[in-house]
Order: sequence, then structure tokens, then C-alpha cells
Amino acid sequence: MIPELGHFALILALVLSLVQAVVPLVGAQRNSMALMAVGRPAAQGQFFFILFSYACLTWAFITSDFSVELAATNSHSATPLMYKITGVWGNHEGSLLLWAMSLSLWTVAVTVFSRHLPEAFMARVLGVLGLVSAGFISFTLVTSNPFERLLPGAGEGRDLNPLLQDPGMIIHPPLLYMGYVGFSVAFAFAIAALLSGRLDAAWARWSRPWTTVAWVFLTAGIAVGSGWAYYELGWGGWWFWDPVENASFMPWLLGTALMHSLAVTEKRGAFRSWTVLLAIGAFSLSLLGTFLVRSGVITSVHAFATDPKRGLYILALLVIVIGASLLLYAMRANKLMGGGSFGLVSRETALLGNNVLLTVASASVLLGTLYPLFLDALNLGKISVGPPYFEAVFVPLMTPVVVLMMFGPFLRWKDDDLVAAVRKVAPAFIASVLIGVGVAFAVDHVTWRTVLGLSLAAWVVLASIQLLVGRLKERAGASASSRLRSITASWWGMWLAHLGIGVFIIGVTMVGSLDRHLDVKMKEGQRAELAGYTFVFRGAVEAQGANYDAARGQIELSRDGKVLDMLTPEKRLYWAQGMPMTEASLNIGPFRDVYVSLGEQLDDGAWIVSLYYKPFISWIWMGCLLMALGGIFAAADVRYRRMAARDAAVASGRRVAASA
Amino acid sequence: MKARSKRLMLVGGGVALLIAAVALVLSAFQQNLVFFHTPSEVAEGKAPVGKTFRIGGMVEDGSIAREADGVTVRFAITDTAKVIPVTYKGTLPDLFKEGKGAVVQGKLEAGVFQASEVLAKHDENYMPPEAAHAVEQAQQAAKTLSQ
Repeated sequence: MIPELGHFALILALVLSLVQAVVPLVGAQRNSMALMAVGRPAAQGQFFFILFSYACLTWAFITSDFSVELAATNSHSATPLMYKITGVWGNHEGSLLLWAMSLSLWTVAVTVFSRHLPEAFMARVLGVLGLVSAGFISFTLVTSNPFERLLPGAGEGRDLNPLLQDPGMIIHPPLLYMGYVGFSVAFAFAIAALLSGRLDAAWARWSRPWTTVAWVFLTAGIAVGSGWAYYELGWGGWWFWDPVENASFMPWLLGTALMHSLAVTEKRGAFRSWTVLLAIGAFSLSLLGTFLVRSGVITSVHAFATDPKRGLYILALLVIVIGASLLLYAMRANKLMGGGSFGLVSRETALLGNNVLLTVASASVLLGTLYPLFLDALNLGKISVGPPYFEAVFVPLMTPVVVLMMFGPFLRWKDDDLVAAVRKVAPAFIASVLIGVGVAFAVDHVTWRTVLGLSLAAWVVLASIQLLVGRLKERAGASASSRLRSITASWWGMWLAHLGIGVFIIGVTMVGSLDRHLDVKMKEGQRAELAGYTFVFRGAVEAQGANYDAARGQIELSRDGKVLDMLTPEKRLYWAQGMPMTEASLNIGPFRDVYVSLGEQLDDGAWIVSLYYKPFISWIWMGCLLMALGGIFAAADVRYRRMAARDAAVASGRRVAASA
Repeated sequence: MKARSKRLMLVGGGVALLIAAVALVLSAFQQNLVFFHTPSEVAEGKAPVGKTFRIGGMVEDGSIAREADGVTVRFAITDTAKVIPVTYKGTLPDLFKEGKGAVVQGKLEAGVFQASEVLAKHDENYMPPEAAHAVEQAQQAAKTLSQ
């Protein structure tokens, strides 16, 4: 009964999403307040029904109702409660429902936090979001009904894929989805602006905090996913350039470009046309990511579906969204011209350069991800594009991005003097090259990559310090605390996020240059050495989890005769699917991780053990965290709220004037 | 500088940057493509020599053997028609088993495939598409031969 209620609620949500899509759009066109006012309650009602529907599905999982096919294939009565709940989205149908729910959550957030928007603009934003929502809910209902019954019901479930039974999987998908779907808000704002023909600084200011928050979610989601892959897949890598990772990385790159382009549009009125295109592009790439991940064209741990009908549906959705928005863009392009002019050497130029490079980077990922699929689809042979390609492309593309990133904040808007700017950044630059070369020699790993990475990272850190000091000196005479307070939250956001890039580069460079790896056969009592650490194998014991049996290795980690830790990597066998899985064990430190995983047991009782030494790897995620934190600061800037209050006052004034 | 020539320089610089970036991407792309071959194609000598490529198929029953160091593994990959011997040093994926699908990446040296990477399925339900493709092709070839 409860699953049917959930199904019914989802149908109601679809009806409401159609209402939300059509009525306010018509209202905005006809300038009818009554019609426009329908958007808000429709969006909120839709959220209620999706939430209810989602709760019903979760209920089926929690109570192990295996007459629901989805629960029977993705849960098990012995699965821990937490993984019963997360199992709801650990499959194609449920994850679509999560997608629709996050979209609805974003929409409701817009209705709550953007009350100050002009009615017609708000109506159009809600209309566009309603259209997207209708597309996805109908997709779910038509091709992937999560409430499908199984007749007769199964006695026991087949359990969730063991790889997904992990704490990282509790937060990775919701974060990532909030990020993906969040770009639909930026998209809706851009389309609404195109429809109204009003693409000015105000539009950019309205759109900015939403874009930034979506970007924060996406950054955090990608970071958590990368961390999960690192400790869960058991071979110590943190990024594999897997098509599914690329699917989330492409919108991130374009979203980063969009954030910066919006800044120019807000401050200087320039780049309007470009900003709109980026908003359309970022959301299209989010949809493409969903298509790649959910259509089954890629086989990976993420690909649940292999039904071609589903792939076609998303592809059709994608074509409609891109086609319609580009058509609208072409029709309104004449209104997008103009904006503030700027000189050759200016902050605008630096940001434009970064935008171009980030877009090319995004396109290069798109090429590497899609080209093999095209060849395969056209039966022209099978190829794969691996990490070497992406590394060959990303180092040269991202190096100028970082250089421009360090230049930009020192440049003035509109026009600046190149010589003066170079003079400003030169000392830090020279010091960084010296530091980079020095450290490379100190760690005895002198390759151009190491020197480049370390120098860039040192430059980011030094330039950040210089920027902060310069900013504090601006108000000479004021007290230290008032100087600090004079810095806006959005400036701190920029500063933190850029510093995060530096920290990230340190992590990537160090782990890329200095990591050590050893596969070794170990018998009880045997020892191995790696990077100054001693590993003693104390044998393996049998252990049991809630829904698996395991062999748990006991590996004593020591350095210079001092025992540091007892590492317990596991080889698990999950009952329901009879699926073996490796669970690595880590000794985590601020400057290095020691990582151990069990291979297989040989006939003579010895085990194959993989030992890894990963210097500075946690800095990769610390860097991402700083970036996300920077985004939070930027979005929380008091300016947005102050201007919102002003917009609201203007709007209510307009309403009073209209009714008088 | 006049506004027009400034704009020209900006546009010119942007276009030059774009062309350089695209050229970089395309050349890196050309150099780093990894082609896929079936065991039958490798046996016919169609695979590149001294270049990295991939083979997909089934791990032949009874073929897995370990060297004394325990870490070096020998096995064979087959598409049911031809068999290619493989050596690999390292830990094998959890779902690597005899009689199951696998994909190996590496180079061919003196008739033995030196794998640098071994991929198996992500879970019990899936077979790597390249492996499935190789077996399918070999079986089709066998069918045409017997007709």
C-alpha cells in the first residue's frame, strides 16, 4: 500500500510540475499577476509530494519490503540501517528520484530566498525549473518506476553493491546531485533573463550566490567521491579520469568559469553574452553527466541501467534543453551586445583568459570522454583514452590558469599598467621558483613536473599572503580589527578558494612525485620496508560484519623501531551476492598516509599485500575543502542581502504604484 | 592605442590562445589513444608492436599461475578462438577469476603480453563490454567458418 501511495504522490508531483512550468510562464508573458502567483505554491506543493514519495520508497527499504523490486535488488534484511537508507539512491531508479528531489529542493529554496525578485522574473525562473522537473519526473515514471512491484515478492533481497556500503557513499551522491542540479538554477536565471530581454548587472547579482552554492556542493561532492575511490577501491589512486568522474568534472570546470564570468558581468556589465552561454553550457554538461552515468553507455560502478530506452529519453531531454536554449539565445543575441569596455591589461582580460582556458579544458575532457563512445556507437572500433591523455592536456592548460589567477587580483578593473603589475607580482614569483627548485632538490626528485608544481603552489601561497597584506595596508591608520572587518566576505571567499588551489597543487605534486608502492608476498611474521616504514605481517584472523565474512590482516606499522599503528586491511565476502571486496586500512597523517590493502591468499597461506606510501595526499582534499569554504564565504556576502532588501523595497514600491 | 586596434589585439590574442590550446589537446589526444584488440586479432599480428594497447576476453580456465615471488602472475586471455599469454606484476582486482571476463592493458613483447593494468568487472552482474565484444566476435567468426 505504501509504495502505491509513493507512486501516486510522484504522479501528483508531475502534475504540479507541469502547472509550475506552464502557468507562470504564460502569466509572465501576459503580465497577469494572478497567473504568475501560481508558481510558488505549485513548486512548494511539488516538493511536498516528492518528499513524501521519497519517504515511501525509503520505508520499503527500511522495512525490507521485498515485494518492491527495487528493494529486493538493492537491499537485504541484514544490511545495516544506514545502508538501507542510502541504498535507496544506490541504484538507477532511486537516484533519479533523488535527482528530482534535489531539483525540487533548489526550487523551493529559490521561492524562499529570492522573494525580492520582480514577479515576472521569478515566474519565468520557476517556469523553467518546472519544465526541467517535469522532464525528469516523467522520465522516472515512464522508464524507471522505482515503485515497481515484484510478483511474487522475494524472500530475501540481493543487497546493495558492497562497494557502496561505505560512509563516503552516505554523503557523496546527495552532495554531487545538489551540485549538478544546482546549475539548473543558474540556467533558469539565464533563460528567464533571455525571455525578459533583461540581462543586466542585477541579473548577474541575483544569479551569483546560487551559482556559487551549486559550485560549492559540486566541489564537495567530487572531493568526497575522490576520497571514497581512494580508500575504497583499494589501489590508492585518488582520480582515475574515469568517464563517470569526468562527467562531474566537466560541469565543475565550466561552473568555475561561469562564477568568474558572472563576477565580471555584475561588476562591469561586460561578458554578458558569454555568461549566458556558460550558464547554458554548465547545465547542459550536468545533464550530459546524468546521461553518461545513468544511461548505461559507460560500464562502471555508477552505471546501473542498461535499458536503451532510458538512454534515449535522457538524450532527447538533452537535445531539447540545449536546442531550445541556444535558439532562444540566438534570437536574443542582439540584446546582449555592449557592456563596459576594458583595456588589454585589466582584470577583465585576466578573467577572460581564464574563462577561455577553463572552457577548452572542459572541452578536452568532453573529447576524451565522448570520442570512444562515438567510435563504438558507429562501430569504428574500440579505443580507450586514459590518464596519459588527460595529464598531457591538463598540466599545460592549467598552468596558465594558475598564473592568471595570481595576476588577476593584483590587476585593476578596466585598465592597468603591465609594467606596474609585473613589478607587483615579480618578487613573489622569483621567490616561488627558488622555493620550487629548492624543495625539489631537498626531496631529491628533480623533474620539471615537480619543480613546476611546487613553484606554482609556492607562488599561490606567497601571492595570497601578499594580497592579504596589501589589502590590510589599504586603510592605513585604522585599527587592525577594523581593517580586518573592512574586508568583505566575498573577498575572503576568493582568497580562500585561491589558496585552496595552492594547497591542492602541493598535494597533487607531492603524491605524484614521491609516492611509493610495493606489492609483496607476506607470511606470518614476515617484514617489509617501504619509504622508511617497517611493516610486519602478524597474520590474518577471521572476522564477521553485519552482512559479510572477512579475513582481517594484522599489519604492524613501525618507524625507527617505534610501533605506530596496527593496520587491519580486510578481504570481505558479502553473503548476498557472494562478492569479494577489498577494504584498505590507512594510517592517516598530515604529511603522509600509509595505506595497506590485502590481495589474495596463496595456497601456502601467505598473502599478497599492497603497501603504499602517499605523501601529502590529504592536502588534495584539504585544498578542495578550502575551495568549498571560499565558495560559502562568497555566497554569504552581506552585499547580496543588502541589495535584496533594496530590490524588495523597489518591487513593493512598484506594486504600490501599480495598484494606486 | 586606439580602441579599435586594442580590441583587435584582444580578439587576436584570444584566438591565438584558443588555437594553441586546441592544437595541444588534439596532439595529446592522437598520441595517447589506446586501441583495443581481440585475442584473434593479436594472434593474426594485427596489434601494434611496442605500443600500449588493450586486449579483452575471458581468463582461460586453469591458466592462472604465480611465480615464486607470489606477486608476478601468469594467465591467458582468450576469446574462445585464440589464446594470448599474459604476465602481470601486482594485485589483481577482486573479481578477477578464471572463466570470467577481463581486460588487460600493456604491450606485446616476444609473443607474451606484458600487462601494466588488469581490469575486471565492477560487480557480479557486469562483464567488461570489451571482453564481451571479443568473445562475441570470435564466436561469430567461428560460426561463419563452420557454415
